[in-house]
Amino acid sequence: MAQVNFDGATKRFGDTTAVDHLTLHIPDGELLVLLGSSGCGKTTALRLVAGLEDLSDGDVSIGDRIVNDVDPKDRDVAMVFQSYALYPHLTVAKNIEFPLRQRHVDKEERQAKVKRAAETLGLGTLLDRKPAQLSGGQRQRVALARAIVREPLVFLMDEPLSNLDAALRVQTRADIVELQARLATTTLYVTHDQVEAMTMGHRIAVMSEGKLQQVATPEDLYNKPANAFVAHFLGSPGMNLLEGMLVESGAPDGGAAGTLCVSFPGASVPLPPSVAQGVRGAGPDVVLGVRPESLRLSENGPIAATVIIVEILGAETHVICHTDSGARLIVRQAAHERRPAIGETVHIAVDADPGAYHLFDATTGVRLGEHAGATGGATSVGTAVGTAP
Amino acid sequence: MTVGDAGSVGAEALAGEAALLAAEHEAPERDTGSGSRSHGLRQRLRKEAALAYALLLPALVLFGVFSFYPFFRNFKLMLYQTPPVPGLPAHYVGLHQIWPTISSTQFTQSLVTTVIFVVLVVPISLILGLALAVAAHRKLKGMAVYRMIFSSTVVSSVAVASVVFGTLLNPVVGLLPWLGINPNPPALESTTWALPSVAVITIWQFLGLSFIIMSAGLQSVPDELLEAARIDGATAWTRFWRMTVPLLSPTIFFAVVVSTIYAFQAFGAVDILIGNTNAARLHTNVLIYNIVNTLQIDNNPGAAAIMATVLFLIMLGLTIIQMRLLERRVSYAR
Repeated sequence: MAQVNFDGATKRFGDTTAVDHLTLHIPDGELLVLLGSSGCGKTTALRLVAGLEDLSDGDVSIGDRIVNDVDPKDRDVAMVFQSYALYPHLTVAKNIEFPLRQRHVDKEERQAKVKRAAETLGLGTLLDRKPAQLSGGQRQRVALARAIVREPLVFLMDEPLSNLDAALRVQTRADIVELQARLATTTLYVTHDQVEAMTMGHRIAVMSEGKLQQVATPEDLYNKPANAFVAHFLGSPGMNLLEGMLVESGAPDGGAAGTLCVSFPGASVPLPPSVAQGVRGAGPDVVLGVRPESLRLSENGPIAATVIIVEILGAETHVICHTDSGARLIVRQAAHERRPAIGETVHIAVDADPGAYHLFDATTGVRLGEHAGATGGATSVGTAVGTAP
Repeated sequence: MTVGDAGSVGAEALAGEAALLAAEHEAPERDTGSGSRSHGLRQRLRKEAALAYALLLPALVLFGVFSFYPFFRNFKLMLYQTPPVPGLPAHYVGLHQIWPTISSTQFTQSLVTTVIFVVLVVPISLILGLALAVAAHRKLKGMAVYRMIFSSTVVSSVAVASVVFGTLLNPVVGLLPWLGINPNPPALESTTWALPSVAVITIWQFLGLSFIIMSAGLQSVPDELLEAARIDGATAWTRFWRMTVPLLSPTIFFAVVVSTIYAFQAFGAVDILIGNTNAARLHTNVLIYNIVNTLQIDNNPGAAAIMATVLFLIMLGLTIIQMRLLERRVSYAR
């Protein structure tokens, strides 16, 4: 077991920078999820740890050792591939045994370890089969068994669940979490699936265009996104982002400051005092972020909008609207609430809870106010990309 | 490809028609109302079958004239003996000349020579082809040029290659004397070196195809498997022998069979480099060359037909082995 460190790690393929100055510390025993859409560099980052890609710049270390020039076989990491990469000509037992054999472990010890790993993953009866004779879930477990059998310093998992059907994915997700907790082996887990990330990761590192956007616990990531990208990326549907301006309204002459509002064409959303305090003086161009569940249809709501689509999901309903200024808003309703008709004009209000309001700088996308950097060392903010989608 | 496709269309159409006729046969007991519908269907199937045969026709004509007719005619020739004196008609001898022909020293020696030749050509051309394919499999700049060079021998003609090679071995103006090597007798007239020399040019010529087959096989070995093996601690050597070679084995088996068939059919290089007047000819008398000489010089079509049939049986055996091995490929599917 060991910690893993990226220190300004950079990987370029020709003119493309797949991983851009990634600095990330993964303490011993942590399950860190690298989350991002395809092409964001998360798999490349993983492959840098495995040694399957050479660094263009910076350092990667495992434990106390910088491994930039260490061959993959000498890094003592195990990797589970998206395709499982089982050796098709070897039986399950031989597949699991392979890494031990390469390390010249004695036959008896080898057999005992294979047996133990196979039992851990419920593969006891399948040891003589070839991978082609196994189901997707079984192959996945063989790949896991092959990874755990030699007790490596680090597990690297590259979207190991994406080839499984939904039900099996939920089950295996829990199995991997349990296995990781039991073995307490530092694990880097790559996925594009935010549900996987939220449910599995001790911490999640969100990446976009090769850059680290934020690394934080699932809860912090959701409640205090460091920038507009993370805010919109996380959550299903993602956070609503409205471009507007910070304006002081109703300030009496010479008196105390009035209410701080985010103003859009045709609407103005007052900010709760605690939020306003944090962002006073910023802007004036800002992006207001509100999660769909923090919006509700209300006759007195400040934002007027037209209903475009109503998505009924059973337990909840998503009402997708366009505001008068053309911005798109999604309101999450409970199933029992009145559903508006398509084309209907509705008024939308934001919850009074200060936690519902997220403000980002309109140019940089970086979070404004007291919540920015509130998670201290656990949160590091990369360069933000874009603002409102 | 065209032939196979057209063939399967025809076969499907015929199968469809057969099924329809069978259904009609049972129809009166079950459903009398479907008569008109099945009539339309039947017409459609007939049309499809007609189209299939029309598409097959050009291929059938070509194969018929140049393959099927000579093939069956060959069996007839086996049963007739042509007198050594020119002008006399061939007479029917049934199966009587088969054993004397295949037990003759000339034939058995020719068979042994051919086998030696195959043993020289096949392993070397495949190992070299694999080595080149592995070398060219790396993702490096300019590799496409090497790939083209390595595979170029496929398009060279036997005659040209043989003439060039013969010149290189020429005792006066060739490469060997230039290098100061002057074997006596010259390589192509030496009873020891003539066959290996012909083997070298055959290997060179087959190398392109061997390279292409091996390269195609390597493309089908997923990179992730080799990466997984790398992480699991396998050295480059182990990865090659424990991963690449086993995963490539269907391709290797295929290449073995194809190259064996190719080597068994060697003729051009022997004809051009050695010829009939060469002192070493008895040592390079491979099967096809022997068959051609038996027919043209000895004027003995019956014996030639028998030898051709033996060669055919060897090829058939190899093809059956290849088919069996292809089935193994299925078990490697992921």
